[in-house]
Parts: sequence; C-alpha cells; structure tokens
Amino acid sequence: MDETRMTGTAGREAGGENDPRTGRAMDTVVRTRGLTRRFGSFTAVDGVSLDVGRGEIFGFLGANGAGKTTMIRMLCGLLMPSGGEATVAGFDVYRESEGIKRNIGYMSQRFSLYEDLTIEENIEFYGGIYGLKMDEIRVRRDALLEMLGLQAEARKLTRDLPLGFKQRLALGTALLHDPKIVFLDEPTSGVDPRVRRAFWDVIHEESKKGKTVFVSTHFMEEAEYCHRVSIMRDGKVIALGSPGELKREYGRSTIQDVFIEVASGRTAAGGGEARAGGSGDSAGPAGKGGEGS
Amino acid sequence: MNASMNRAASLARKELMHIMKDPRTLLIVFIMPLLQLVMFGYAFDMEIHMIPVGVIDRDNSTESRRLIETFRGSDLFRLSEAGAGSGDVEASFQSRKTRAVLVIPPGFGKDLARGPAADVQMIIDASDPNSAQLMKNYFGQVLAGFNESGGRGGAMPFDVRTSILYNPDLKSAFFFVPGIVAMIMVMICALLTSITVAREKETGTMEQLLVSPVRPREIIAGKVLPYVFLAFLDGTFILVVGILLFGVPFNGSLLLMVGLSTLYIITALSLGLMISTVARTQQVAIMMALTITMLPTIMLSGLVFPIESMPKPLQLFTYIVPARYFLQIIRGILLKGSALAHLWQPALSLLVMTSILLTVAVRRFGMKLER
Repeated sequence: MDETRMTGTAGREAGGENDPRTGRAMDTVVRTRGLTRRFGSFTAVDGVSLDVGRGEIFGFLGANGAGKTTMIRMLCGLLMPSGGEATVAGFDVYRESEGIKRNIGYMSQRFSLYEDLTIEENIEFYGGIYGLKMDEIRVRRDALLEMLGLQAEARKLTRDLPLGFKQRLALGTALLHDPKIVFLDEPTSGVDPRVRRAFWDVIHEESKKGKTVFVSTHFMEEAEYCHRVSIMRDGKVIALGSPGELKREYGRSTIQDVFIEVASGRTAAGGGEARAGGSGDSAGPAGKGGEGS
Repeated sequence: MNASMNRAASLARKELMHIMKDPRTLLIVFIMPLLQLVMFGYAFDMEIHMIPVGVIDRDNSTESRRLIETFRGSDLFRLSEAGAGSGDVEASFQSRKTRAVLVIPPGFGKDLARGPAADVQMIIDASDPNSAQLMKNYFGQVLAGFNESGGRGGAMPFDVRTSILYNPDLKSAFFFVPGIVAMIMVMICALLTSITVAREKETGTMEQLLVSPVRPREIIAGKVLPYVFLAFLDGTFILVVGILLFGVPFNGSLLLMVGLSTLYIITALSLGLMISTVARTQQVAIMMALTITMLPTIMLSGLVFPIESMPKPLQLFTYIVPARYFLQIIRGILLKGSALAHLWQPALSLLVMTSILLTVAVRRFGMKLER
C-alpha cells in the first residue's frame, strides 16, 4: 500500500515547487487554522494557519523565540493550544492526542537518548514503548545500526558515542516505529557540516517514502533543502513558500538574504503585508488561509 | 490494556537497567543501611555506663560513707572524689571530669537515724538533657538500693519490681533495626523515584516519552514498580542482617509484615511522585525529598526520639509522618508479635494517608505530563 503512495508523493514534490497550494489534491497531513498559544500575556504563536502535505519537507525558520518550538510542541501534543484549530494525521490536537502520538516521531533540540544505556538498549526501549514486537525491533535495530555503521558498537554505552553519531542515532530511533510525520526541532545544532549532510540524506530518503518532515532550523543553507519553508517572527508566519518562490518574491539569491530581510523586520511592513497578506488572516501568500476561515 | 502493560513493562525494564548500571544507587541501597545498622546498633547505644560522679561528703559519718560505697558498688557510676566547695562543682563540669556531683549535707547520718527522711543533693550537668534524665533515674535506682539494704531499717512502704517485656536486655538494636527499615524504604521510594523522574526531565528524555503513545499512568507504573521491588529487597536485606547480627526477634506474622510494608512503600512512593511533579531538576528533587520525607522520618517518627517527649506542636506534626505509623507496626510485629487486631489503628491511618496521597500524586503527575 505504501509503495503506490510513495511514487505518488515523489511525483508531487516536483509539482510542489510550482504550486504547493493545490489544496485538497495534495493529501494534507497537518492542518492548522489560527493556531495560537499564549504564555501569560506573551503570545508565542499568534494565529498560524498552515497546510502541509504528505511527503513534504517543511522548514520552520525564525530567530530564537520566534515561536518555532512552541509551534512544533503544540503539533506534537506536548502543549495545549490557547486557541485555533489543528489536526495532525487527521487527529485533533485538543481531543485526540493519543492518535497523534501513534503517528508521529519527534526529535528535540536536546539529546534524548539514555546515555547510561547501550546503543541497542536504547533502540530496543524506544521500539518497545511504540508497541513493536521483539522480532520487528530486531530487524529495524539491525537495519538502523547498519545504516549508521555502528554494528560493532551496538553494546557500547551511548554516552561514549561522538555527538554526530548520537544525533543520527536519535533521528533513527525517532523514525523506528515508521511514523507518518516527523518533527525535528533544530536537529542539527551543534554537529559538523558532514554529519548535517548525512542527516539531510536521511530526511530526503524518508520524504521519498512518503513521510512528512517538519524541521526547524537556523541554518539557512538547510532551508534550501526543504520543499517549502515558513519564516516566523513574533509568533506569526510572515513568509511561506518554496525556497525558489521566496527568493523570486523578495528578489534575493539566497534564503539567507530573504530571511535577513523578512525576519529582521526591516522591510516587514512593506514586504510582509504585500506578500504574506498580513499576519491575521493567512499564513500563505495565496488564499489558502482564507479558504479555511 | 495489553499494549498498555507492555509499554509499562518496557519502561520498568529500562528503569531496572538504570538501577543496575548506576553503582551509586546500589551503594545507597545496600552499603548505606549496613553502615547505619553498625552505627545505630553498636555505636549509638542509648544507655550510659560508668558516669563520672564527684562526691562531696560534708557529713563524714558511717551512714554517709555507706551511701558512697553503695554508689561505688554500682556499675552505673564511677566515683571521683571532689573537694568541698561548690566552686569545684562548676569547674569539674566545665572540664568534663564529672557529669554529676553527689552532695551529702552535714547531719545526714543523724537525720537518717532519727527518720523519717534525710536529704542528699545530686547536681547534674544537663547540657545533654537525655543523659541528664538517665542519670536522674539511675540516681534514684541507687538510692532505692541503699534504702532497701537497710539504710532506713528496711522500712520501705512498697516495693517496685519491674518486668521488662519484649526486649528484656533493653538492646538498642531491637529498637533501631525496624527504624532503619522504615527509613531506607522511604529513601528508596521517595528519594530515588523523584530523582529518576527529575533526571528524565533534565535530560529531555521525558519529553521523548510524552510524544510517544506512553500514557502517564504507564510512566508511573514503569517508574514505581522497580523501586517497589528494590524497597522490598532492601527491607528484607536489612531485617535479615538485623536478625543475624543483632538477634532481633521476628515474633509476628510474615504475611502481615509483607502486607503492611507494601502499604507503607506505596505511601512513600506517592510522596516521591508528588515531589517529582514539582521538582524540575535532580538537585531540587534531592533537597525536597530530604526535607519532606527523610528528615521527618528520622526526627519526627519516633525512630530516634520518643514522640511523647516532643513539644506539643511537633507531636501534632508527627501524625502526618507515615513512618510514625509504620514504626508502630514493624516494632509491634517484630518485637511483640502483634496481630492485625492490635495494629489496625496505625494500619488504617496509613491506608487513609496512602489513598489521599496516591490519588493526588497520580492526578498531579498526569496533569503535569499532559501539558
């Protein structure tokens, strides 16, 4: 079943570049409308509306405190929204967090494996809490170890691994139960470019298999690897589109330049309103948010 | 349900791995109680012997010398002659040469012969009130012996014979071994569980669990069960050592002991869970566990200091210390062979406490984890 859908999404990727907002046809797996989260008087995420499709690699850019992590935490069911709507894999974030949790993988900024357990113990544990059977776990464990080239180190303590391997192992365990959607919150911070490259190879691989990948980052060259990126500032999505579109839109040659222009707010008044349609009604340049409301 | 149990089992297995791989935990769990047993059992002897006592004999009669001989004959006191003059008393207390001084006033012998009573004075250094109290009691004992042996012609109006039950040799180990069991169980349950939850929060793995299908009650079960097991293992270990090393008796029912210990363990675990809903770091968890559970268990449960001798407000406070009830239970079962019929009161108190604590802890734990 997955096979056919895989090819379907692989095809859609190419089209996504031209028009990522073909709505219904693209098999939306994450959908938010006016999603908001307040902490006291501070609004961390302010009325964000998004649609993300199957197999899409969706990037969150933004300075620290722009609301990326809060956004991801709400979508993962770690944080209750203060307002708005959101569904993830067809499940409602308010009422069906159990359903969401079965269908997502998550990797946070912080290293999330148990350092005092061995590599294989970590893999087996995470397989266990996702309800995988022992023989399944063994197969996937061996595949993961092989991919990382860590077969010989399987019984070593995780704390003794170099950081790059730790991060890749964390990604591997987040994917172990074959989730539909993966949320990666700044997964590559602190690793060298070579490891980052290997990381992105895995991400593209998973996208081809039909997995949706949400990734927040502050490395601008990583934004270029995404199918679509959104730039957040003060809790709002102020720019959204494929890297090519954004560059064209703002007349810049790199996403970095687009980001500096958009996120610094220097020209946000002009560019933001003209293109992103202001903050409140829609996240995207086109009328998607409008349709929803 | 089955899936839920499997997830809890995965968590429990992982928790056991953490325990086995951390030599510090094993050190705390097995070496510390051994040290405490030795400390409390041998070194911390509540009885005092051979108290140095000074004597000022202002009478210097046959009777006064007989009184002094009676004191010398007792193994409770060691006499050292002090000169006359109360200035010397102060000096001998200061230099810790004596801890009490017996003053026999002039005319003691004559008064005694004439009857009905003669006075002697005992001056006691009460900088340590507990031993002062003991010295006062011993002093009375020796005087009673003196009276009996014909000092007043055997004219005692009544005769008190004391029978000491349950711990006839008044061994302090009998008293402390159950106390150490109570303390170690609280420590494992409250301290170690709150630390392990806080550690997961600190390292970020708790978040990883929360995005998985694992439910809060599965996390609780997975965290708590290994420590229940560990607490039982450790309690048994301490008791066996206590029985073999100090000859502590086990007079009651083993089944009752297991049942009521379980109740106590669950109480302590609920406290640990409560702490872990508040503490974000291991440091905070340790501080809170020590002040909320360990300290009251040691100071306010009757483990070391008798509750009856505490000031009234503190006595009231002891009613919310779980170890207070468990100590009554475990001492009753071990030393007196008490049955449930005798222990229903502390058992019921513990049950009420556990139900309240566990409900609040589980609810709070769930809430904290979900959002």
